[in-house]
Amino acid sequence: MHTTTGLDHRKLLMWLFLGSDCMFFGSLIGTYMAYRGRSLSGPLPSEVFDIPYTSVSAFVLLMSSLTMVLALAAIQAGDQRRLRIWLITTALLGMSFLGGQFYEFNYFVHEGLGLSTNLFGSSFFVLTGFHGTHVAIGVLWLLYLTAASRFGRLNAEQALYVEIAGLYWHFVDIVWIVIFTLVYLLP
Amino acid sequence: MVTTLPRPGVAAPAGPPAAAPAVETPPAYRGFTSWLTTVDHKRIGLLYGTTAFIFFLIGGLEALAIRMQLSSPDNTFVSPQVYNELFTMHGTTMIFLVVMPLSVALFNYIVPLQIGARDVAFPRLNAFSYWTFLFGSIFLMSSMFVDGLPDAGWYGYAPLTTRQFSPDTRIDFWALTLQVLGVASMAGAFNFLVTIINMRCPGMSLMRMPLFTWNTFVVSFLIVLAFPAITVALILLTFDRLVGTTFYYAPAGGDPLLWQHLFWIFGHPEVYILILPAFGVVSEVLPVFARKPLFGYPFVVYATVGIGFIGFGVWAHHMFTTGLGPIANSFFAASTMLIAIPTGVKILNWIATLWGGSIRFTTASMFSIALVSQFTIGGLSGVMHSVVPVDLHHNDSYFVVAHFHYVLFGGAIFGLFSGLYFWWPKMTGRLLNETLGRWHFWLWFVGFNTTFGVMHFLGVDGMARRTWTYSAYQGWGMWNMIATVGAFMMAVGTLVFLYNAIRSLRHGEVAGEDPWDGATLEWTIPSPPPVYNFAVEPTVRSRDPFWLLKRRPQAVEAEDDTARISILGKNVAVAEVEEEHPTEERVEERVATGDIHLPNPSFFPMITALGLTLAAAGLVYGIPLSVVGLVYLLVGIGGWCLEPTG
Repeated sequence: MHTTTGLDHRKLLMWLFLGSDCMFFGSLIGTYMAYRGRSLSGPLPSEVFDIPYTSVSAFVLLMSSLTMVLALAAIQAGDQRRLRIWLITTALLGMSFLGGQFYEFNYFVHEGLGLSTNLFGSSFFVLTGFHGTHVAIGVLWLLYLTAASRFGRLNAEQALYVEIAGLYWHFVDIVWIVIFTLVYLLP
Repeated sequence: MVTTLPRPGVAAPAGPPAAAPAVETPPAYRGFTSWLTTVDHKRIGLLYGTTAFIFFLIGGLEALAIRMQLSSPDNTFVSPQVYNELFTMHGTTMIFLVVMPLSVALFNYIVPLQIGARDVAFPRLNAFSYWTFLFGSIFLMSSMFVDGLPDAGWYGYAPLTTRQFSPDTRIDFWALTLQVLGVASMAGAFNFLVTIINMRCPGMSLMRMPLFTWNTFVVSFLIVLAFPAITVALILLTFDRLVGTTFYYAPAGGDPLLWQHLFWIFGHPEVYILILPAFGVVSEVLPVFARKPLFGYPFVVYATVGIGFIGFGVWAHHMFTTGLGPIANSFFAASTMLIAIPTGVKILNWIATLWGGSIRFTTASMFSIALVSQFTIGGLSGVMHSVVPVDLHHNDSYFVVAHFHYVLFGGAIFGLFSGLYFWWPKMTGRLLNETLGRWHFWLWFVGFNTTFGVMHFLGVDGMARRTWTYSAYQGWGMWNMIATVGAFMMAVGTLVFLYNAIRSLRHGEVAGEDPWDGATLEWTIPSPPPVYNFAVEPTVRSRDPFWLLKRRPQAVEAEDDTARISILGKNVAVAEVEEEHPTEERVEERVATGDIHLPNPSFFPMITALGLTLAAAGLVYGIPLSVVGLVYLLVGIGGWCLEPTG
């Protein structure tokens, strides 16, 4: 296939989309930062955050980037079985993260922090909720790729499909590093 | 149209070629159905243009109603509520349903031709963009049958748009429509970015790209980087309205200024999204009608990129009256003055292009020259607003209304109509009548200055925008009457254009492939172009490839014997047996033999767009509709992924 830059159209599209998504998360994070410490009532972040707990789930999500790279290496080497193992592992790590987030949200609501309780609740749930949605879409995508491989529709020449999904997955992980730092770690 | 060859620039479809496709290849649709399934960038361009023109008429009627109401003091032509709806819908319509889609119509039709490509990078995404735009617009209009049209102004400032002050569904319609239209714009912009980066023909380096394509490129970057900000702003607004969060609700600690910041972080790049396509048109039209290459091509390119960059750093000049403080005010005042420099560079280059040229005055060139003068007036009053103390006085007065109509009507609309007159023969194969074109031009030019020129005086005299009426003792009656007369002159001009356009389709003079002595690749192929655009991929060796070929063919031939053939975009062996307008059978034959490969038509972009719009519409019409929408969305995406792309 001939293109002016030699890059595949779809890979280029994913890079451009991620650039646009940066602005999306930038706006959400900006909103959160603008409203930091401006809640008129509790619960406040210091009262509900459990940093060791969230650190573990952040670690789980970061490890999924490693397994994503292993999946890409597997398809490039033509090893379909190993590809599926690593894709499934990545999806499971992603689901663990989502499970952790679900548990955390539940705990917050139990502590009296709902979506419309105060500015902290609103900006926190909207920001982390949209990040969680991104992770969920990524998990569905990984499961789709696994199924495609299982039914022989993802051969080594189509490693590009795994690579593009990987770009998206790594991006979502990187966004979490920023969110975790600014939302949880910043005193 | 089934063949196993990949279409140009796109990899083979997923799955081994031998496997049976999960969805049947659609047949080659004809007639009306072929328009619903088309993935041809030229047809999508025509759909975009026609739809946008219909909205232009609607937005124009809204403007006339506003002018009728203001034509005399203490008038009651419309009620205050209807007046609010009129100015809100006039702004929303003209920006999101007219200027942007009209620009996208030209992007679609012209950019692939200018870069020597067969289509855009993602033809189905392109169709999806159009259908999402159409359904989103219909969704917005449908609000008039529920609670009424949106009435909070086109930039929907909080807290006016919150539940507290806008309790019914008008604002929900407005917010959800802008989300849907944002998806349409972003889908189109991603597509043009990949197309321009990746599908240029051999020899078309970035610095040989026609200026219209350059402007499309920069505008697409602005769209994909600016729209997320308004997406977030609208998400927060929708949460406030439907879920009860307090992002914009001051008593609970929220800050209405957050809306203004997020909106204008989008909104100011949006201003350049609206004007840069027109700048692109002017940079194509003036050289052709001055019979001179564009003066200082690299300067115009860098100025365009510079405007794109600085455009992200000037948003708070819309917010000087909100009390941001002297440091923020100084920064945004300085950046606003700074952005006038690349814009001034362009004005200078256009004037220098005309200087010493052998100018032909056609309707197309007159609209372009009018842009240069009228945009300069609007640009200068813009620089006035960068001076904070002056802005405090002008803010929300008719002076601002005058300013942005000089840049958006005198700039964007004049430029886009210049492009319409310029490329109409390429799109339809027939010329527009020049005499009627002159009538159109002068009615618009005089009417425009009559309407908006006097608004400068009204604004400085204290007449506030968006007020329903004024009292006789304020002394504004005469100026307002003059403005209204001008508006009706423009309406007559629009009717002249409409008559000219309809007449041209049937009785217009046949244009031939190159009616203006054009410089760029689109003029090397028949008018209207065949469905495959270029029978053979062209090769370019200069910025104005067609001029080089026509003026100095020996230079081209000396360099390469085959250049003549490839620059013209025609294979001589094919052209000998091919008529000027190849018959459908001939195209089918060449497609069947794999000589020309075309993407398959598809229903799925339309189904996906419908699903997306219904899913959004369900938030006001009831959740069951959202569920139906999601089903359509899933069917659309599923079919999209599984059908053979051809």
